[in-house]
Amino acid sequence: MHAKESSVRSSACSRRAFMVGMAAVGGGLLVSFRLSPATASPAAADLLAPNAFVRIDRAGRVILILPYVEMGQGAYTSQTQLLAEELEVDLDQVTLAAAPPDESLYSHPVFGDQITGGSAGLRGSWDTLRLAGATARVMLETAAAQRWGVECSECAARRGEVVHEASGRRATYGALVDDAARLPVPLDIMLKDPASYKLIGRSVKRVDTPEKVTGAAKFGIDALPAGVKFAAVAACPVFGGKLGTVDERPALRVRGVRQVVKLDDAVAVVADHTWAARKGLAALDISWNEGNNATLDTARLVADCDAALEREGVVAAERGDPEAAEAQAASRYEAVFRMPMLAHLAMEPINCTAHVREDGCEIWVGCQRLALARRLAAEALGIPLEKVTIHNHLLGGGFGRRLEADYVAQAVRIAHQVEGPVKVTWSREEDVQHDYYRFHNHSRVRVGIDAQQRPVSFSHRIVGPSVMARWLPIFFQNGVDLDMVGGATGPYRWPAQRIEYVRQEAPPGLATGNWRGVGPTRNVFVVESVIDDLARAAGRDPLEYRRSLLADSPRALAVLERAADLAGWGRPLPRGRGRGISLLNDFGSYVAEVAEVSVEPSGSLRVERVVCVVDCGVAVNPDVVHAQMEGGIIFGLSAALYGKITVANGRVEQSNFDDCPVLRMNETPSIEVHIVDSAEEPGGVGEPGTAALFPAVTNAIYAATGVRLYELPIDRARLRSA
Amino acid sequence: MQRNLTVNGRQYPVDVDDDTPLLWVLRDVLSLTGTKFGCGIALCGACTVHVDDAPRRSCVTPISAFPDGARIRTIETLEDLPVGKALQQAWLDVEVVQCGYCQPGQLMSAAALLTANQIPEDSDIDAVMSGNICRCGTYGRIRSAIKKAAAELPRAQAGTESGRAVEGHG
Repeated sequence: MHAKESSVRSSACSRRAFMVGMAAVGGGLLVSFRLSPATASPAAADLLAPNAFVRIDRAGRVILILPYVEMGQGAYTSQTQLLAEELEVDLDQVTLAAAPPDESLYSHPVFGDQITGGSAGLRGSWDTLRLAGATARVMLETAAAQRWGVECSECAARRGEVVHEASGRRATYGALVDDAARLPVPLDIMLKDPASYKLIGRSVKRVDTPEKVTGAAKFGIDALPAGVKFAAVAACPVFGGKLGTVDERPALRVRGVRQVVKLDDAVAVVADHTWAARKGLAALDISWNEGNNATLDTARLVADCDAALEREGVVAAERGDPEAAEAQAASRYEAVFRMPMLAHLAMEPINCTAHVREDGCEIWVGCQRLALARRLAAEALGIPLEKVTIHNHLLGGGFGRRLEADYVAQAVRIAHQVEGPVKVTWSREEDVQHDYYRFHNHSRVRVGIDAQQRPVSFSHRIVGPSVMARWLPIFFQNGVDLDMVGGATGPYRWPAQRIEYVRQEAPPGLATGNWRGVGPTRNVFVVESVIDDLARAAGRDPLEYRRSLLADSPRALAVLERAADLAGWGRPLPRGRGRGISLLNDFGSYVAEVAEVSVEPSGSLRVERVVCVVDCGVAVNPDVVHAQMEGGIIFGLSAALYGKITVANGRVEQSNFDDCPVLRMNETPSIEVHIVDSAEEPGGVGEPGTAALFPAVTNAIYAATGVRLYELPIDRARLRSA
Repeated sequence: MQRNLTVNGRQYPVDVDDDTPLLWVLRDVLSLTGTKFGCGIALCGACTVHVDDAPRRSCVTPISAFPDGARIRTIETLEDLPVGKALQQAWLDVEVVQCGYCQPGQLMSAAALLTANQIPEDSDIDAVMSGNICRCGTYGRIRSAIKKAAAELPRAQAGTESGRAVEGHG
């Protein structure tokens, strides 16, 4: 088997390498894979280190360096599967290490920065890590072949050894590293035939779980460098406001308090333990200079977004002449959608531990964007990047919040004034009130409809901020935020279409950011609600109506039909119950969800069941895919039912899980996830489950009650039938 | 004020104000970081520990609330309880965990549930476990894992009174 495979290597390898380069990460941007020979020289004589991801020492110890951070999405496990598969080692033979901040080595091939987000980690690692593992394996096989004077094609690697079947000779990886490290790093590598995969495609046990059930796992908040002090912090409650005056003495009278630290926009109290710090902070009477946002409220933010709906935007995509088609249409449909501000509410409140010394700065944190954290820390201290060391930890949830690093900059500014290391832990209230919010998003959709009730034009005007312009400018092009328009047409074929983007930023000081599901979370709700409306207006079944617009998208059609089938679409339901369907094609994946709801005459709502079918290409770890869809659905349902951050007097009105509720076990529907068997390139799974959830539920509510919800979160008062 | 706390079978002299919640003593004074801070006001359950075998939200329980000699158990010694060990194994078998931050609290709550009720119905599980928030959305798997642990406990405790009692219920 292996010999046969090897025999085609010389003829096929160049073509394969080319194909790998072209295939790097689905999506709009194409960045070819690079395996830099500059990174090839081993760090030490006893190491084989052909690239930034694999280290093998003389003892045969295999260290896999994982560029994408673990925040629950199974990244450590799936990255390990990719590397170990091609390196031909078992999972119990490897040691895992989190990559340090280094943009030159660990940048995401599409983002161009060291980012774990956008449901893109696996897509970023699919080629990169398989090639990294395979490169090391080929070097070890070549070293063995040369030592034994045999053809490389006769040698096969397995379980951390190279074996020459014909002679029965074998050598461990450790015994080969010195010879292998002297070889040039091969650039043409043939990856394994998927039919021979031993790890990819299997639900191997997660590598991060055992220590998470014993309390031994270390999150950023668990870092305890020797001599650490503990800080509580209050930033100005008004967006963008500054510190006025504060009398430190009441805090200093609290037992255990060591110090009060003032920043331009915050006060921190440093103590022997967090409780003393919190007590000290609570004892302070802080006056703030509230600044320009002191009278800001939600009504104004919403009114501004409504006004923006009347502005002409930048055309992001256009086909045909939708205006002409609409003018000639037999009838016209128009709807306006409004979506609220959302917080992230990761279970691990925002925190960062920092030690600023004469010679540099050391940081302990869990962050989705390590290189940015390092840059912000260096800038805050005015020191070179190399003087900032970051120990990245497990993340107690990210959801986009930890794609920012504001808290790292804040912690080092505090630590700059403190002797020794200091752990800054935000209260939950601080976490809720100083988030990078998913901002208000409004949309208007106009559809022209012909006499046969078919759409002839689709115009979608999108109003919202450009997070990308600030956060990842390569995704802000010609005035269009490429994330905001993601999924704006759905996978449907519209005879003529126009997507327009009206940039509507939050007032300066109110930070906006990425939230699980990003652009598609807004757009899938819009498009799937519109489709449902169009089907109802046409007197047609929503499933059948969608089907008629999906001739160009067989994978979308397949997930849609399978979900409908599994959910029992069309089977009668008792009064007060309804089913809704939704469809998504984004993040390189296709997802259909069918929600079933029951609505009482009182307006009381329960989501009973969600059926989800996902086609994410190769499912590297099917159980991880299941878990991500289950979790994504619950995350979306929390927001659909409760998610709403409001502002009064320039401050966020919510503070904790009482006024910012999230889904609990007793409200959780039964969730069934089905994965389509596929050999396509892997797609992302962290976010599509969330994005597809909103319209599945609101469409089900329509089916149960006849009430169409154009605003989120779901307003139960509108569901009362009394 | 100076007092002794008995945590995981060990005595710790502690000198903090009476109103200090147990959570911060565990995490910051005793370096037992398995118990998590999530909300600070007993809304999320991440800080759940056992005090004399009963579940307590350590973030709102001042150390002055404990009688002398109160036995505090944290996630770090959950495996010493047969119920705890069974739950941890079920958590691994079912692959409950995602980010894992809430899971120490989930496991401590689940252990208290199974100690009090060896064959919980769905409504019993809801009643206890709805106090613990998970943002990754592992609720369905938590429910499955609790049932799995409950089903396997009689074998783990074969020959004991409680083991027979469980089988008697079945």
